[in-house]
Amino acid sequence: MKRKVAVIGVGCTKFGEIWEKSLRDLAVEAGMKAIEDAAISGEEIKALYGGNMSAGMFIEQEHVGVLIADYSGLASLHIPAVRVEAACASGSVAFHLACLAVSSGMYDIVIAAGVEKVTDVDASRVEDMLASSVDREWEAIYGATLPALYAQIAMEHMKKYGTTEEQLARVAVKNHANAVHNEIAQYRREISEESVLRSPIVASPLHVLDCSTPADGAAAVVICDASMARKYTDTPVYVAASAQATDTIALHDRHDITTMLSTATAARKAFRTAGIEPSDVDVAEVHDIYTISEIVSIEDIGFFKKGEGGTATEEGATEIGGEIAVNPSGGLKACGNPPGATGIRQIVELVTQLRGEAGKRQVPDAEIGLAHNMGGTGGTAVVHILAV
Amino acid sequence: MAMKVSAKFWREQDARYNLEGTRCLNCGSYFFPPRSVCPRCRRKGKIERYRFSGTGRVLTYSVVHQPNACLRSPYIIAIIELDEGVKVLSEVICGEDEIKTDLRVKAVFRKLGEDGEKGIIYYGTKFVPA
Repeated sequence: MKRKVAVIGVGCTKFGEIWEKSLRDLAVEAGMKAIEDAAISGEEIKALYGGNMSAGMFIEQEHVGVLIADYSGLASLHIPAVRVEAACASGSVAFHLACLAVSSGMYDIVIAAGVEKVTDVDASRVEDMLASSVDREWEAIYGATLPALYAQIAMEHMKKYGTTEEQLARVAVKNHANAVHNEIAQYRREISEESVLRSPIVASPLHVLDCSTPADGAAAVVICDASMARKYTDTPVYVAASAQATDTIALHDRHDITTMLSTATAARKAFRTAGIEPSDVDVAEVHDIYTISEIVSIEDIGFFKKGEGGTATEEGATEIGGEIAVNPSGGLKACGNPPGATGIRQIVELVTQLRGEAGKRQVPDAEIGLAHNMGGTGGTAVVHILAV
Repeated sequence: MAMKVSAKFWREQDARYNLEGTRCLNCGSYFFPPRSVCPRCRRKGKIERYRFSGTGRVLTYSVVHQPNACLRSPYIIAIIELDEGVKVLSEVICGEDEIKTDLRVKAVFRKLGEDGEKGIIYYGTKFVPA
């Protein structure tokens, strides 16, 4: 990166079924929180990048970059506003682009946000809309749902590496336990391994409680040129790396579905840029849209060897206080997943952790954090490394 | 709505009805659905149409209990490796006790869905045990 970038403000709405708030209400609430947290004035913001997967399908509204800017009071300043889409990775791609905009020297202060409003359409249609993140014409049309595709990854991972349903369940159990202490999470209650395994099958071997749920919500962060960060905050968090990678949109076009090459590539690039190793990371927010995706991802990022993610989870290595704390927020699993907002929500959590402000879910002595966010079945993967 | 959907299906008829894809004469790769750019050779690739034999084996599968649209469930979806080496995703029509990795399957012409009660019915390829 040309210029170093710092995060100086974060904000997040509650995630879940927020019937009383519209997309613009949610986006403005998160944005105002981030701006207040950064203690900047609106005039200082030079551009807005907003992650949003599909306002077109969910609320029949496009041009949401402008909508958010307008209702945040920024359209009267005529700043550029860009809506960014990469399915469930929309938020982190928006953050990536915002970092590039500051790093390049084009803008000094930029806001990166993410928002989704999913409960304005019938719940039965939302899952089908999520399937637009995979190949609609050559996967979804034959009956492939998003969980059914991840279920096949799970089947293959189990066959190849001996990963068990109990190990998958442990991901859900851990993330729910963490979310108890996260005020924005949709599901703030513990669940047992038994309740996961007894919940109905969505697509074998994945149960209902192996799956995250689509949710309403928004998150926003204010970033700036690092040299000016101390002017605004005593606790700046620096962006040490920002990397994005692609893979085939259809799962079946991959050589080995138990490895996400987009994740592996983005992680390798990010570690090289930051000049650190996976073992240097203290806290990670990882894309646990299904329990299997956390296991595959912690392997592909490099926290554990390929095939050992299930065992590591079972042994507690990914709990707060373990070898590497994974999803102390509760992850997508327990926070809920507003596709456009999740990537930014991960950054909000890392900043909160690195500032040491995470309360009962605080990872001790957290100095380096990693965020990993995917779109579809890993067609997009984004990895950010933050540090104090 | 119906117009848009019918064009969408009519356009892909050769691939959906006859398992027609493409292959690259430069590197020998096969593609389904048809690709006009070979990801391996890109500008050096030489693409021609190719009709797949329709036989292959199940690589991995899942029994879907909660479908998205109005499909009856449970049903089985699988990633199938055709004998030419290309992989496709489709439904395998067989019992839950029959489905397994490496099961030999062959393509059959079946209804995929319909565009509402009065809309067109669209067809494509599913698989059955060979």
